[in-house]
Amino acid sequence: MKKVRVCVITGFGINADLELAEAFRRTGGLPERVHLSDLIENPAALDRFGIVAFPGGFSFGDHLGSGKVFASLCKQHLRARLDAFVNAGKLVIGICNGFQMLVKMGILPNLEGDWAQDVSLIHNDSGVFEDRWVRLDSFPGTRCVWTIGLPPIELPVRHGEGKFVARDAGVDNALVDGRLIALTYRSANGGPARYPENPNGSLRGIAGICDRTGRVFGLMPHPEAFLTPYNHPRWTRSLPERAAGLLIFERGIEYARKNT
Amino acid sequence: MRIELFYRPSFPDGRAARLAASIWKNFGASIERCALVDVYLIEGTAGIGPEDIEDVFVDRVAQDYRLDRPAADDAGGAGWRYLVEIAYRAGVTDPVAITAEEALRLRRPDAVTKQTRVRSARQYLFTCGDLAAADRERIFSSLYNPLVETALVLTREEWNAGRRPPAASPDAVSPSEVTVREFDLASLDDEALNAFSREKLLALSLEEMHTVKDHFRDEAFLAARREAGLSGAITDVEIEMIAQTWSEHCKHKIFNAEIDYRDGERAEKIVSVFKTFVKKTTDLVARRKKYLLSVFEDDSGVIRFDRRHALCFKVETHNSPSALDPYGGAITGIVGVNRDVLATGRMATPIFNTNVLCFADPSAPESDVPPGLLHPRRVMEGVHRGIIDGGNQSGIPVVAGAFLFDPDYMGKPLVFCGTGGLLPARLRGEKSWVKIVRPGDLAVMVGGRIGKDGIHGATFSSLALDETSPTSAVQIGDPITQKKMWDFLEEARGLVLFKGLTDNGAGGLSSSLGELAKRSGGVEIELDRCPLKYRGLAPWEILVSESQERMSVAVNPKDIDAFLALAKKRSVEATAVGTFTDSGFIRIRHGGTTVGLLDMEFLHDGLPVMKLKAEWKPMRRRAESHRYESNDALLLKVLANPNVCSRENLVRQYDHEVRGCSIVKPFAGVNADGHADGAVYKPVFDSWRGFTVTHGIAPRLSPFDAYDMAAHAVDEAFRAHVALGGDPEYAAALDNFCWPDPIAAPANPDGEYKLAQLVRAGRGLQDACLAYGLPLISGKDSMKNDAFVAAANVKPARKISIKPTLLVSLVGIVGDVRRAQTTDFKASGDLVFVLGETGDELGGSILELETGNAYPDCPKVNFEKAMKLYRALARAVRKGLVRSCHDCAEGGLAVALAESAIGGRLGFSISLDDVPYAWKPDSRDPSASATELLFSESPSRFVVTVSPANARRFQSLFKNLPAGFLGIVTEEQRLNVRFGNDQVLSVGLNEALDAWKGGLA
Repeated sequence: MKKVRVCVITGFGINADLELAEAFRRTGGLPERVHLSDLIENPAALDRFGIVAFPGGFSFGDHLGSGKVFASLCKQHLRARLDAFVNAGKLVIGICNGFQMLVKMGILPNLEGDWAQDVSLIHNDSGVFEDRWVRLDSFPGTRCVWTIGLPPIELPVRHGEGKFVARDAGVDNALVDGRLIALTYRSANGGPARYPENPNGSLRGIAGICDRTGRVFGLMPHPEAFLTPYNHPRWTRSLPERAAGLLIFERGIEYARKNT
Repeated sequence: MRIELFYRPSFPDGRAARLAASIWKNFGASIERCALVDVYLIEGTAGIGPEDIEDVFVDRVAQDYRLDRPAADDAGGAGWRYLVEIAYRAGVTDPVAITAEEALRLRRPDAVTKQTRVRSARQYLFTCGDLAAADRERIFSSLYNPLVETALVLTREEWNAGRRPPAASPDAVSPSEVTVREFDLASLDDEALNAFSREKLLALSLEEMHTVKDHFRDEAFLAARREAGLSGAITDVEIEMIAQTWSEHCKHKIFNAEIDYRDGERAEKIVSVFKTFVKKTTDLVARRKKYLLSVFEDDSGVIRFDRRHALCFKVETHNSPSALDPYGGAITGIVGVNRDVLATGRMATPIFNTNVLCFADPSAPESDVPPGLLHPRRVMEGVHRGIIDGGNQSGIPVVAGAFLFDPDYMGKPLVFCGTGGLLPARLRGEKSWVKIVRPGDLAVMVGGRIGKDGIHGATFSSLALDETSPTSAVQIGDPITQKKMWDFLEEARGLVLFKGLTDNGAGGLSSSLGELAKRSGGVEIELDRCPLKYRGLAPWEILVSESQERMSVAVNPKDIDAFLALAKKRSVEATAVGTFTDSGFIRIRHGGTTVGLLDMEFLHDGLPVMKLKAEWKPMRRRAESHRYESNDALLLKVLANPNVCSRENLVRQYDHEVRGCSIVKPFAGVNADGHADGAVYKPVFDSWRGFTVTHGIAPRLSPFDAYDMAAHAVDEAFRAHVALGGDPEYAAALDNFCWPDPIAAPANPDGEYKLAQLVRAGRGLQDACLAYGLPLISGKDSMKNDAFVAAANVKPARKISIKPTLLVSLVGIVGDVRRAQTTDFKASGDLVFVLGETGDELGGSILELETGNAYPDCPKVNFEKAMKLYRALARAVRKGLVRSCHDCAEGGLAVALAESAIGGRLGFSISLDDVPYAWKPDSRDPSASATELLFSESPSRFVVTVSPANARRFQSLFKNLPAGFLGIVTEEQRLNVRFGNDQVLSVGLNEALDAWKGGLA
């Protein structure tokens, strides 16, 4: 079967790139780690790929706000390329720090197509970084090609700035009406998730969103940390059938294979 | 330019709310509202405009900003009462400012120049009632550390009167005179030599000073000096290099001393505790174990992981810096030990961190804290924050570790920082764990620049803490600068652009280039080529500065262009600062002239051996009768003891699973909040092979016998490895000795006893490792863990010494991680067994702490019996017969059972009748016997559950071994224990859970 080439961006403090590349490798991708400085030097290199992935980490230490400096560099140097990339029907994913980058670049959700920042990811209500596994649902009717039909899954969150907020009610409505919400935190008993099930206090329990094409996707949880059933925190109690993190990458790869 | 950034009021700031809550909790002061403002002071840029500022600094949705006008009223609301602005002192690394400057440079290369200066600050705005002056002082001083930071406090009235925080950066570091001084040692008598060492913070003894003085009379050496244009007087560059190289920190003088050891009538001579007990142990074990690749000769120890990979491991201590600045001390400890791994062989990749932290009671009343020392709560908070930032920002998971509490850590906390790394076994066919440095290779400094921070760290840590402790030894680490360096080095390693490297830690360049030069036979260093943070560093300061995030790399001249070009492309600073030679000398130049010439042999081997005396006096305690409250009450107390209780709140804040390799995590059980005995890690994506990370530490046994303390530490690490499913035949350990000053002196009258404890501990370590076939592959010793408290109201001056503490840290192979074990009970109906013998040896136990009883005997390890049991358990695990396994440690059987039940949210119903025991319980007082069985901390024991279907096969593996059937796991969430006909314990699971979770909350 055709392998989908995946550009996994690295450098400047990204640190979850190895396992992200591995997740794509396991699901039919042909990942390549590319340093941001090489991409800035030669933006045309992006065109070789079907998917570009922004991994988690602490880019620039998150010293000026999570993902902020990395986002500013990408916007300055890669905006036109990334627009063309998405318009060509290709896919973008950003995980944790990568999600923060996409949001602060403005490519996500990009409601007006002008890369103006509409949403943000701010400090958790708890005020601290936390690492814990959460339950997630694909948002009913979502446009997101990475999460359509995704069964309920569990993944770890590992962040200090993951509280999803919208600029105003208009943006909030546009996300709901546009079916741009991709993934939400779920409570064990079905009601709205509260802390710690909603680990950061996100609006509507939003864990991930997409743009209007459904192809640009960002999420706070780490699907690339669930690579084998033995990564699950309760595998010694009941072994999961599959490493559910891979389901998300399978969807992305499948879509890219059909459409690019 | 002054930028002030803040969250818009519609987006509440979680950090601010947390701060207000902690002020209420710690100080009882009610803060109505708290707001945070991030401040940047930028000078010397050309044409940076609001658009640049917004793109680089501002989250346009959640934040607002003010340029050159105050944000206070908008950020804090009109009603704020106090403003506190905190900034780093000049010369202290300001990681946020470093990033800000780099971000501006990347965006506007034209606008950032050599004149550009960026500093950061953080502002707090408190809305609250008037605070009494004393409360203000306590609350605001908890926000910063005056050693590294300055604070400005403004009241509303002062603000209204027009006072404002500074618009410009604080003054720069005061420059040193850039000259080289010479000292004629020949003219100095003993008193003057001592004074010279003391005043220059050299930490050299009189004998050592004489050795240096004599060397500078050696004719052959003087001839070489004349040829180099140097006189017979020693330069400051030379004496500083000698002092750093010969420091206790670098040379382990006490650990290598010649000791006259007396034990009653018996006397013996021990030549080097290290050689006698550590190295010899490994030499003996190595005859049987073929997986050792590099031991005691590199920055970490290296073992074979599989055919394609080697695994390395190192644990360092950062006690003295953490005592002064807990945050900075801990974070530099982490990034420092990360560099030890980066520096291993031809570069290993750090893949996990682990930390063991020892503090005094964080809830101690303020009045218990001697003047001049930080409250243990502040020490703990700062260290914890340093470990969070050090690991999380570097993308290295914190997989294991421990928190310990003992009043004697008031004087110095112990901060053990460990890191493991992975190396490809071969690099283009060559062994990856062997460095190659050839004459002619260039000495390249990579990473951060050199400043005055961290001067004299190595010599300072060799002295006790007192009021004169130098603050220049305190630093802030910058993980992101190091991460970029690491990424670059990994890329360069792949391209084989270098074959040898080491880190710049204690002693700075003097130490790193001195070490690498051993492999070629000499080095020439050009100090004026070294990149500096600012002007005005004396040559000796450049040589010994311990500025962080730097490595020294040996690069073949043919590769230097490619090496430097790649560094530039990755925004990493790299500069050739010298050349390796085979001259036998370290030659140091500055501005074209030679400012130092040292004989390599003298520098590395000229240090005189220290001669010390040790006298062992066994402690004797009389047996006394003990009274107990109910076991129910005791269990709840023991579960809430800070040494036992849940650390979830602390450990949640560590990223424990970045890299996607975590198999057994710090949290086990149905709600992922149960106890874990250690970590299981699977480092290679396409293999099921893994390894454990565990620790053993037992300082409360030191007052009984340091031999048992050490034996217990080895046993604890080893049994946790086995409990996790590790292979008892394939493990390796590190020894970290932290001791109070063991050199007898008028101010240290029991020095000989403390040194005897060191000998006893060495022997215990050796006996245990030999019995378990456990090689020691690296280690560290830290010998001056005392604090002198000499304030006006403390007379006479008091000394607080830690209990002698040996930390044993272990990595061991798990052949197939799919057989790994967790501690949580899995299902009701499972059978509960205890493995190992319980003894009447409660000295040093948590029960002792919680009851105030004194017990005569501390636990003893029977190594041979234990090893048989470990092998049997490993067989049971391999055969898939075990459903849960928890080692019995602090709090004994009772805590192991309770924690297993908590993990599974299940109960148990058991009897103590068949607990294998090593003494006859007193039949007249069954409840006392039950208490002792429940809470004894005898080593080498486990609580294991087995499904009923496997019970017979399981039991057949333990014939003739101490294994007792206790009872069953129950659906009913109750902990029920019987002994004979008596119900001796019955506690609801939720009660136990609340106690266990509440201990440190």
